[in-house]
Amino acid sequence: MDWGFIFERVMTAAIGPEVIVFALAAIGLNVQFGYAGLLNFGQVGFMAAGAYGVGMAVYWLNISFWLGIGLGLVYALILAMLLGLPTLRLRADYLAIVTIASSETIRLFVRWRGNSGRTGASEGIGEFARPFYDLNPLDNAARYQFGPFNFLGRDLWVVIIGWILVGIALLLVWQWMRSPWGRALKAIREDEDAARALGKNSYVYKLQALLIGGLIASVAGMLQVIQKAAVQPDTFNPVITFMIWTILILGGPGRVWSPVIGSMIYWSLIVFLENFLRQLPPGSRSTLESTIKLSDFNISQFRFILVGLGLILLARYRPQGIFGSREEMALDDR
Amino acid sequence: MIALTERGVLRPAYNAANSSARSWAIRLMLGVLVALVSAVGSLAFGGSASATDEEQSIFGTISYTDEESNERIFLEGVEITVEGVATVGTDADGAFLVPVAPGDYTVTIDPATLPPGTSLRDLDRIELTALVEPGRDQRVLFSVVAGETGFQELGGGISFRRVSQLVANGLKDGLYLAMAAIGLSLIFGTTGLTNFAHAEMVTWGMLSTYFFNFYGLAGVIGFLAPLPAPFGDGVPVVLAVVFGGISGGVLGWLINRVLFKGARRSGVALLSQMLMTIGLSILMRYVMLYFFRGGPRQYLEFTAQRAVTLGPIELTPKDMIAMLLSVVILTGVGLYLQRTKMGKAMRAVSDNRELAESTGIDVERVISNVWVAGAALAATAGAFYGLTTIRWDFGFRILLLMFAAVVLGGLGTAYGAFMGALLVGLSISLSTLFIDAELKNMVALLVLVVVLLFRPQGLFGRAERIG
Repeated sequence: MDWGFIFERVMTAAIGPEVIVFALAAIGLNVQFGYAGLLNFGQVGFMAAGAYGVGMAVYWLNISFWLGIGLGLVYALILAMLLGLPTLRLRADYLAIVTIASSETIRLFVRWRGNSGRTGASEGIGEFARPFYDLNPLDNAARYQFGPFNFLGRDLWVVIIGWILVGIALLLVWQWMRSPWGRALKAIREDEDAARALGKNSYVYKLQALLIGGLIASVAGMLQVIQKAAVQPDTFNPVITFMIWTILILGGPGRVWSPVIGSMIYWSLIVFLENFLRQLPPGSRSTLESTIKLSDFNISQFRFILVGLGLILLARYRPQGIFGSREEMALDDR
Repeated sequence: MIALTERGVLRPAYNAANSSARSWAIRLMLGVLVALVSAVGSLAFGGSASATDEEQSIFGTISYTDEESNERIFLEGVEITVEGVATVGTDADGAFLVPVAPGDYTVTIDPATLPPGTSLRDLDRIELTALVEPGRDQRVLFSVVAGETGFQELGGGISFRRVSQLVANGLKDGLYLAMAAIGLSLIFGTTGLTNFAHAEMVTWGMLSTYFFNFYGLAGVIGFLAPLPAPFGDGVPVVLAVVFGGISGGVLGWLINRVLFKGARRSGVALLSQMLMTIGLSILMRYVMLYFFRGGPRQYLEFTAQRAVTLGPIELTPKDMIAMLLSVVILTGVGLYLQRTKMGKAMRAVSDNRELAESTGIDVERVISNVWVAGAALAATAGAFYGLTTIRWDFGFRILLLMFAAVVLGGLGTAYGAFMGALLVGLSISLSTLFIDAELKNMVALLVLVVVLLFRPQGLFGRAERIG
């Protein structure tokens, strides 16, 4: 077993593109759930909106990649309105039901063969991210090693831009949440009736929170497909949403920093576990394979199984996560 | 989940796994997880496939048997599409072959390219999934029959025959959906919990029926494997469905007992409980994938049945029997809720928990019963759905439909869920008159949004403020 290799993998993953994408998406969810108490179970839909915005701009509309970023934001805006308008006046679980259902519907719709001219159907879209990499001051194909971190030039470019975006998002959330707007949002989360009695239009506030969180998530989706250099409908599987939830609750909802910490912890754990299992000595590996069917395919399912276990345990025993405060998480049914 | 073994609830199964397998290896892994499904998994898969990187293929032959001459006629020029790979036409021998890398594929036949006078036998089987394993080519079967039955072309005109066929299919789906959705509605009614893991109960019923069918009772308790049928060997589908339903009830009881009873007692917020159901849903889904793997499967019996013509409609005997059984079961549920003491208590708790408690109803017992009954119904629905194809993520695919059904009928009511499910089943089926069948489930989302906009308490719910 090569511990040095595993260490390098884990360290690289801890600041890598996946951590950034999920941190961004979780920052968006933090605005929605952590500050406004909205149960958005369709965050992956917003990511898909952003991703297909850039992809479809190039593939279908034949316009510039950079305009595609705008298109992705517009898609996210439309989606937020579609989800929010009918549900935000109702009890919290209706938003949950509609979002979980719609994120899967979005996936089915974009992979519909009738859409192959627009979204590339099940094959998706490739060859659209070139302008992004053309701006890279580093060599796209070279490997860069510093300390335990090891990145391909193109990935390093994504990582640099990604962390800048995460920084901006954190700064914005921090500023917004200490503004009067943010305080009103938290008040609505704590007691909607009281906030309404004080003349706050809770419906508009919740819609704004859903929209802002969705826009941040759509940026995460864009970054993800730029890094993969492909828009694939099946990467926007609903289970992604629940990975984001696990990350958010792990870090602690309602804290500015927690999505980033949660994402780093989550991905380090996953990468460590998968590499550890893959690198087991052949003897014990085959024993595990014959007793509990530990095939390569099954090793890659562990991340989802762990998400499930993690969510159950966190929600049951520590809904405030690592950094959150119990009082703020004592949301009751509304 | 840790508490699960501490309380010893699952101890027997855990020990069973230990005695039959190398125990150290199991301890190394998430022991609990194994216990939960040791279960379904221990016998499921024989030796691992030898890994080769050679390209495999998806192949098949399109033909039908001429009723009069009893001769097999091969069809040329029928278009077969392996999604994401290629579209090919069949050759003069009716054969097609598409080279692919190992993996999961969707294979569709274009019914419009079938020669006049022939059609697909089964409406549900226009799109098949093929799991291509390394070192093994995969055959896919499209059944074609003589005659203008089935459907000739996608989005063809509105004929009396086609509408009746779609109504029959919608009724079938609606009946199964009703069984799946009633538990969801009742659990919400009695505990206020939106149970996102309810869809996994449907999958559980489907998969456990499959395992009972293949491996008998040993499919669920590993150490019984050496015993004769019905313990060590597969049981007929009919019996397996019963076992599948019972195993659903047992799982429902267990989930309530281990996870949610304690959560309610220690005052875990409903919102956190909802997150727990999300976690449970993912956990169950991927544990099932772990042991079942990605490809679709079928029961040992009743795989390719010839449809029977009943006036303008065609249905396979297995579907007819399953539909009949669902009607019987749903009637039974109705009578149970209407006549028995426990059924009345369920409705009372659903209506107003505090009031019910103050009249001396043991609310926890009612909730436990609701979990058992709801899960058993969902599992039975899953077993029936499985008569077509069995998939590891089937439940999740119909989660949207279940929610549309219960919201349409009014969250928390059993009869509402029943009516909602029938309406959703019919509207989805009939929507294929106007839209591509691939998009039909989107109709459910539309129903959901429209209901929430204009009548959020549902068609049969009591008008009250729910916001």
